[in-house]
Amino acid sequence: MEYRPLNPGPDTREHLVVIGNGMAGCRAVEELLARDADRYRVTIFGAEPRVNYNRIMLSPVLAGEKSFDDIVINDADWYAANGIALVAGDPVMAIDRAAKTVTTRGGTTESYDRLLIATGSDPFIIPVPGKDLPGVIAFRDMDDVDTMLAAADAGGDAVVIGGGLLGLEAAHGLSLRGMKVTVIHLMPTLMERQLDEAAGWLLKNALEARGQTILTGADTAEIVGDAKVEGVKLKDGTLIPASLVVMAVGIRPSVALARNAGLAVGRGIQVDDHMVTSDPAVLAVGECVEHDGQVYGLVAPLWDMCRSLADGLVEQPTGYRGSVTSTKLKVSGIDVFSAGDFSGGDGCEDIVLRDASRGIYKRVIVKDDRIVGAVLYGDTADGSWYFDLLKKQEDVSDLRDLLIFGQAFASGGGAADPKAAVAALSADAEICGCNGVTKGQVVSCIAKGAHSLDAVRGTCKASASCGSCTGLVEMLLALTLGDEVQAGPKTMCKCTSFGHDDVRREIVAQGMRSIPEAMQQMHWTTPDGCSSCRPALNYYLLCALPGEYVDDQQSRFVNERLHANIQKDGTYSVVPRMWGGLTNPTELRAIADVVEKYDAPMVKVTGGQRLDIFGIKKEDLPAVWADLNAAGMVSGHAYGKALRTVKTCVGSEWCRFGTQDSTGLGVKIERMSWGSWMPHKFKIAVSGCPRNCAEATIKDFGIVCVDSGYELHVGGNGGIHVRVTDLLCKVATEQEAMDYCAAFIQLYREEARYLERTAPWIERVGVEQIKARIVDDTAGREALRARFLYAQSFSQDDPWAQRAGGAEAEHHAPMARFIPQEALV
Amino acid sequence: MTIAEWLDIGWVDQIPVRGSRTVQVAGGDDIAVFRTAEGKVFALLDRCPHKHGRLSQGIVHGGAVACPLHNWRISLSTGEALGDDKGCTPTVPVKIDGGRVLICRASTLKAAA
Ligand code: SRM
Ligand SMILES: Cc1cc2nc3c(=O)[nH]c(=O)nc-3n(C[C@H](O)[C@H](O)[C@H](O)COP(=O)(O)OP(=O)(O)OC[C@H]3O[C@@H](n4cnc5c(N)ncnc54)[C@H](O)[C@@H]3O)c2cc1C
Ligand code: SF4
Ligand code: FES
Repeated sequence: MEYRPLNPGPDTREHLVVIGNGMAGCRAVEELLARDADRYRVTIFGAEPRVNYNRIMLSPVLAGEKSFDDIVINDADWYAANGIALVAGDPVMAIDRAAKTVTTRGGTTESYDRLLIATGSDPFIIPVPGKDLPGVIAFRDMDDVDTMLAAADAGGDAVVIGGGLLGLEAAHGLSLRGMKVTVIHLMPTLMERQLDEAAGWLLKNALEARGQTILTGADTAEIVGDAKVEGVKLKDGTLIPASLVVMAVGIRPSVALARNAGLAVGRGIQVDDHMVTSDPAVLAVGECVEHDGQVYGLVAPLWDMCRSLADGLVEQPTGYRGSVTSTKLKVSGIDVFSAGDFSGGDGCEDIVLRDASRGIYKRVIVKDDRIVGAVLYGDTADGSWYFDLLKKQEDVSDLRDLLIFGQAFASGGGAADPKAAVAALSADAEICGCNGVTKGQVVSCIAKGAHSLDAVRGTCKASASCGSCTGLVEMLLALTLGDEVQAGPKTMCKCTSFGHDDVRREIVAQGMRSIPEAMQQMHWTTPDGCSSCRPALNYYLLCALPGEYVDDQQSRFVNERLHANIQKDGTYSVVPRMWGGLTNPTELRAIADVVEKYDAPMVKVTGGQRLDIFGIKKEDLPAVWADLNAAGMVSGHAYGKALRTVKTCVGSEWCRFGTQDSTGLGVKIERMSWGSWMPHKFKIAVSGCPRNCAEATIKDFGIVCVDSGYELHVGGNGGIHVRVTDLLCKVATEQEAMDYCAAFIQLYREEARYLERTAPWIERVGVEQIKARIVDDTAGREALRARFLYAQSFSQDDPWAQRAGGAEAEHHAPMARFIPQEALV
Repeated sequence: MTIAEWLDIGWVDQIPVRGSRTVQVAGGDDIAVFRTAEGKVFALLDRCPHKHGRLSQGIVHGGAVACPLHNWRISLSTGEALGDDKGCTPTVPVKIDGGRVLICRASTLKAAA
C-alpha cells in the first residue's frame, strides 16, 4: 500500500456516495480505486450492520462449511486504508436530486457530487395468509442465516418454498444442520429456469435420496400458526408441519429509493451502457438495474458492469454490452451446470449423452455450428469449456462428433473422426462397462456372425444392459463389416436405440416410475422425447404401476387428453357408453337434449352400436358431459387406446335361435372391462349363436354362444387388413368366459407393443403361445385376471365426471378472449 | 392515449408445461400459446399449414408441436413445418413480464383480419 499523507485541509475532491455495501457497490469502488485511487472521496451506506462480504457464500455458511469471517471480502482495515467512510446499519431512506443529498433513517444527511445506487434485490414474498408470522424468512443476508441456524439448533421441521437455486441451497444447509426439510415447488421440475426436465428429475432424485421431501407442482395456500409459524398448507389441502419457513421464490430489483427520487425505473433502475441512470449525476449497478431490458440475478454480470462503470467514472468509457450467464448449484456432492439457452427450437440440434450407471446427463445445444446452451448433470467438469465456446461463439463443426464427450476427448488425440478413434482403440479396451466386454470380444463376436446390434447384444451382451455404449458397438459393426451390417430391431422412434420390447422389459425390471426416469435410464438422445415415444412410455408406466403412476396428460394424443374425438374442423364428437348396445328413454332423451342445447349438427349411430354426437366445441365439452352424466351415462372411450364397445346381439332373451343370453353377458363384460387403457383400441362382441350377428369373429375378443357353452375367439380385426379370429378355446360357463376374457386383456396389455392391435400381436407371437398362457396355465391365467381386476379398481373412474366437476378445466377454456375493438384500446 | 403494443393474456403458470392454451380473437383464428418443457412460451396462429388442424391440441416436444390431425411437426419459434413437409404458420411475438404473458397486439389483430 502506497503511503498517503493525511489531508490536513478540507477534502475538496468530488464526493462519490454509494448506497449499498453489497457485492456490486463495493466491487465498483474497488474497480474505481484500481483506476484512480485519489480521484473521489468515497462514502458507502449499508443497511446491513457489517462489512462487505461474499453473499453467494452464505450457502456454505449455512451448510457449516464456512464461517462468516471466511466470506468477508473487505474487512474494516480496507475501508480505513482507502479512506472510505462506511456508514453500516443505517439505510438511506431518501434521495434529494435537486439538493444532491441523501438522508438515512438515523437522520444523517450527506451531499454528493456523484451518487451510486447499488441496493441489490428484495426477496419476493408470496402474498399468502401468514406470511408475516415469526419464523417465516427469506434467504438473502447474514441475518437470515443466523435465524436459520437458531431454528436448526431448536430442531424440528423446515419448509422451503421455492425449488430454485436459492431454495435448494437453503434446503441443503438446513438438512445438514439436522432439520427435516420439505421443499415446495410450484413447477413440475426443480430449477426449471436453469435445468431441463431430464436434469431436474435427476436432481430431485438425488435430493430425495438424501432425505429431503420434494413436492413439485405444489401450490402454497397459506402459512398457518398462531403466534409463530406452525406449518404450511397447500392448495390441495396437505398440511406440512414446520417451525421454520424459508421463502425463496424469487427476487425483485430493489428500486423504491430510485423510483421515489423520480429516476427512470422499469423492472429495475434503467441505466445506459456506462451504468448512468436518467440523471447524469446518478449511477446504478448490480441486481437493482435494468440494462437493455435485462435484469440479472447472478454475480458474473455485476463484475462486467462494475468495470464499465469505473471506466466511465474516470472518463475512459468502454461500455457494458450485457452478459451471458451460467449457473452452478452449490450443494456438495451434486454437480449441476447450466448455461445459455436450452429451449431448443429451430435449427437447434441437441447432442445428448446419458450414462445411467454413473448418473450422468449431458446436453449441448448447437445452432449454426455454434454452442448456444448446455445442461450438465453428474459430470460438470466440461461446463467451463462449453461456456467458453458459447461466449466466444466459436465454430464447433470440427468438434461436433466428439463434443459431448468433453474437452479431453474432443481436443485430445487429434482424432476428429470418431470412427478413427474407435478403430485406434486396443483390443482389450472396455466397450461395455455393465457387462465387462472388451473391443476384442465384440469384434470376434461380430466375426462369428453377429451382424446386427441385436445379435451382438444377444451373444456377447455388449450394450445389452444400460445401452450407453450402443454408439460404440454400432461403430465396431460398421468398421468390421462395412456395408454388411444388418439393420437392428426396429427402435421405438428416433429418440432411442431400443425397441419397444426392450424398453418395456427394462421399465418393469428396473422398477422405473416416470417418463424422465425411463429416458435417463435408457439413454434417450432427445431431452423430452417425441410424439411417438412419449405416449408409449406413458402407457407402459401406467400398465406397470396401476394406482401409482400419475398419468402425463401432455404425453397423450389430443383425443385421450380431451376425452373426445377431434374432427377436421377442430370440433369434437362425443360418444357416451351404451352398455352392450342397450339404451333406454332417459338416455335417448338426454342425448336428444344435448343435440339441441349445444346445436350439434349431426347425431349418428356408430358401427359400434351407440350414438355419436358431432360438432361439439372444446369449451362446451364439460357441460355436455355434465348433462350426459346426469342421465347416468359415462364416457364411451371412442377416442381411446382403450376398451371401445362390446357389441351384442339380442340372444336367447328374444331370438328364436339364441342359445345363451348374449346381451346380458355383453353388458357384464363391458362393465368389467370399461375404462382400461390398452396398447391399442380393443373391441369385444358377443353373438348368441353361430350366425354371429354381432360379428364376434372380427373382434379383438369375440364370444360365440353355443348350446353347450361359449366359444372364445381372439385376434380378429375389421379395419384395413381384415383378419378373422383364432379360436382360443371353449368354456362352459359365463363366469369362465369372463375370467378368460380378463386374463386375455391383461396379457395383451402387458405384452403387446404400444399401437399394436391384437391381430398383429397374435400373428407375431403365435396363437399357440397365447393358448399356452391362457388355456393351459391355470395359475398363470388366474394371476393375469387378478392383475387386470386390480388395475381396473383404479381406472373405472368416469373421466367425463371428473372434467364436468371442474378437473383440468384449463384443457377446455381459452386463456383469454379479444374482440378487435378491445384489442385496439 | 397511447395504444399498448402488447396484450396481457394471463399468467405463465396458466399454460401447462409441454402444453398450450388458446386465445380467442373474435372474427379470426384462435391464437395458440405454448409452453415448452424448458418453460419457454411461444404463440402461433392455431392453424396447421397442412389442413388447418388445431396446433394447440398437439403434443409439444422439444421446440415443436405435432399437429393432432396428421402429425406434421411445426416449429414453435418460426411456425415452419419441419422435416419433409412444407408450409408455415404465422407466429405471434410473445414477451414475459413479471410472470405475465404478453402477445403482440399488431399480430393479434392481423389474426382477426
Ligand atoms: C364413429 C365410427 C364410425 C361410425 O360412424 O360408425 C368410427 C370412427 C372412426 N374410426 Fe373407426 N369408427 C367406428 C367403428 C369402426 C369399426 C366397426 C366396429 O367397431 O365394429 C371398425 C372396424 C373394426 C375394427 O376396428 O377392427 C373401425 C375401424 C377403424 C380403424 C382401422 C383399425 C384397424 O385395426 O385396422 C381406424 C384407424 C385406427 O384406429 O388407426 C379407425 C379410426 C376411426 C377414427 C377414430 C378416425 C380417427 O382417427 O379420427 C374415426 C373417429 C370418428 C370420430 O371422430 O368419432 N376405425 N371403426 C365408429 C365408432 C364405433 C364406436 O361406437 O366406438
Ligand atoms: C444465498 C445466496 C446464494 C447465492 N449464490 C449465488 C451463486 O452461486 N452464484 C451467483 O452468481 N450468484 C449467487 N447469488 C446472487 C448474488 O449474491 C447476487 O447476484 C449479488 O449479491 C448481487 O449483488 P448486489 O450488490 O447487486 O446486491 P447485494 O449483494 O444484495 O447488495 C446490496 C446491498 O445493499 C443494501 N441496501 C439495500 N437498500 C439499501 C439502502 N436503502 N441503504 C443502504 N443499503 C441498502 C443491502 O442491505 C445489501 O447489503 C446468491 C445469492 C444468495 C442470497
Ligand atoms: S371409415 Fe374412414 S372416414 Fe369413415 S369414420 Fe372411419 S376413419 Fe373416418
Ligand atoms: S392439418 Fe396439421 S398435419 Fe394435417
